[in-house]
Amino acid sequence: MSANRVLRVKHNRVDLAVHELRGGDGPALLLLHGLGERAPEQVPKDVERWPGRIFALDFTGHGESTIPAGGGYTAEILMGDVDAALARIGAATLVGRGLGAYVALMTAGARPKLVRGAVLRDGPGLAGGSARPGTPLVPMPDLNAVAPPDPYALVELAVDVRPPDYATSFVRQATHLSGLERPITVQTLERPDWLRAVVEEPGVEVGELDAALDAYAAQSRGARR
Amino acid sequence: MSEEAVTFPGARRPDRTRRVSSHGVGIAVYEWGDEAARPLLLAHGGFDFAGTFDGFAPLLADGGWRVVSWDHRGHGDSDHAALYSWQADLRDALRVMDTVGHEPMPIVGHSKGGGVCMQLTEARPHRVSRFANLDGMPGKWRHPDVADHERTKLLESELAGWLDWRAKAGTLARKPGTLDELAERRGRMNPRLSREWLRYLVTIGARRDPDGWRWKIDPSMRFGGFGPWRPDWSLERMRGFPVPLLAILGLIEEEMGWGTRPEFLAPYMPADARVIAFEDSGHFVHIEHPRRVADLVLEFLA
Repeated sequence: MSANRVLRVKHNRVDLAVHELRGGDGPALLLLHGLGERAPEQVPKDVERWPGRIFALDFTGHGESTIPAGGGYTAEILMGDVDAALARIGAATLVGRGLGAYVALMTAGARPKLVRGAVLRDGPGLAGGSARPGTPLVPMPDLNAVAPPDPYALVELAVDVRPPDYATSFVRQATHLSGLERPITVQTLERPDWLRAVVEEPGVEVGELDAALDAYAAQSRGARR
Repeated sequence: MSEEAVTFPGARRPDRTRRVSSHGVGIAVYEWGDEAARPLLLAHGGFDFAGTFDGFAPLLADGGWRVVSWDHRGHGDSDHAALYSWQADLRDALRVMDTVGHEPMPIVGHSKGGGVCMQLTEARPHRVSRFANLDGMPGKWRHPDVADHERTKLLESELAGWLDWRAKAGTLARKPGTLDELAERRGRMNPRLSREWLRYLVTIGARRDPDGWRWKIDPSMRFGGFGPWRPDWSLERMRGFPVPLLAILGLIEEEMGWGTRPEFLAPYMPADARVIAFEDSGHFVHIEHPRRVADLVLEFLA
């Protein structure tokens, strides 16, 4: 258990933990972890420069959030997790690692007014399955694994299909509807097919974290004034 | 007519019921026919429940089969889960199959149940002997009972609508009503099925609360949705489908139908597959024409 304040947020039958890593005022930053990870216990060094509040979400089946029975994970459901967190903390800039990067992109497209920029970074689960399904299989978890993380999440979200044109449809929505000039920033070395397609889209910046945080914070402050 | 004594000609409740835990989710399992007979797996479609086979399953059982069906998670008397996905349905189906036997067995699947179990067959070809698909062959249209796996065209309103639904999903309850009101509501999804049949279904698929009847299906489940899946992927694998295949299509288009036509399927089908189209039926071929469908299936399995 971390010493941070934990906001409990309900998403259908799941209780999500949203960790407040830094309170106070100013624009909100929401950190999304990678597959099998959990929210950090303190503000990571690389986002310390953020000038406002900082939160970190435990996705369903991870960290201090509910581990549901029998799996059934999709990236879309995790987008619902982020949406539930945003409903509590308000508009926020997203920084996602791995799986969290993919979910950050989806949320930026689905809630273009609430997501004030999304930074996509390397981390576990960035690739997902592939651009199209492989040989059909029944994903079976390691039943001896100690949870969290939920072993069903580990196996299901490692094989979920991420077509490039599906990913880019979220980019286009973010670009057209967010009002931000560059709503998506990609800062990854790993470039699975979906992400390769994303960086080709207008409105996507390939850049460094510091510059992206400064730009998104400035835009959020501008919007508040 | 008394609300408790609703019957339907030819409909027969299962001979046995039991419960299986699929990875912690309670699944209601039903069997018709002699327990010692050869087993056959029967899968219902999305937003249905095994009781919708009360007319059809007994015909297969009387044809010499032990017919095993189950309510998918969130449907009928199975547990409402926190999460639903195609992969989870696959795992639940395999779990039910494991409780029946490990020798190859035939599967008969309607609609989404056909789609899920065809994928199960591709993933576990050594477990399945033959496959009969009842109007659940992949098509080029959207599948209204496949919640999160369809459509690639995203619209802001669809995405926001889905997220808004998720935000309130945990607080939803099915609307109560009289038996006739529930039958009428279901009639909107099943416009070709008789009022008598729909009334019969209410007494199985709904429960009687103090304030009225309520469908048992998880209120957090919803039609439509979106996701990365597209039907072409299943179609392209169809030519290599590993076991003999019978596909029965209902050609009259309706709300829950998949709109798949034989000429569309033809280029994808294995050489020895048999496609039979019912010109005079909607999506629920086994409910509209139980005897005809049962005879075709029994002949195919013989």
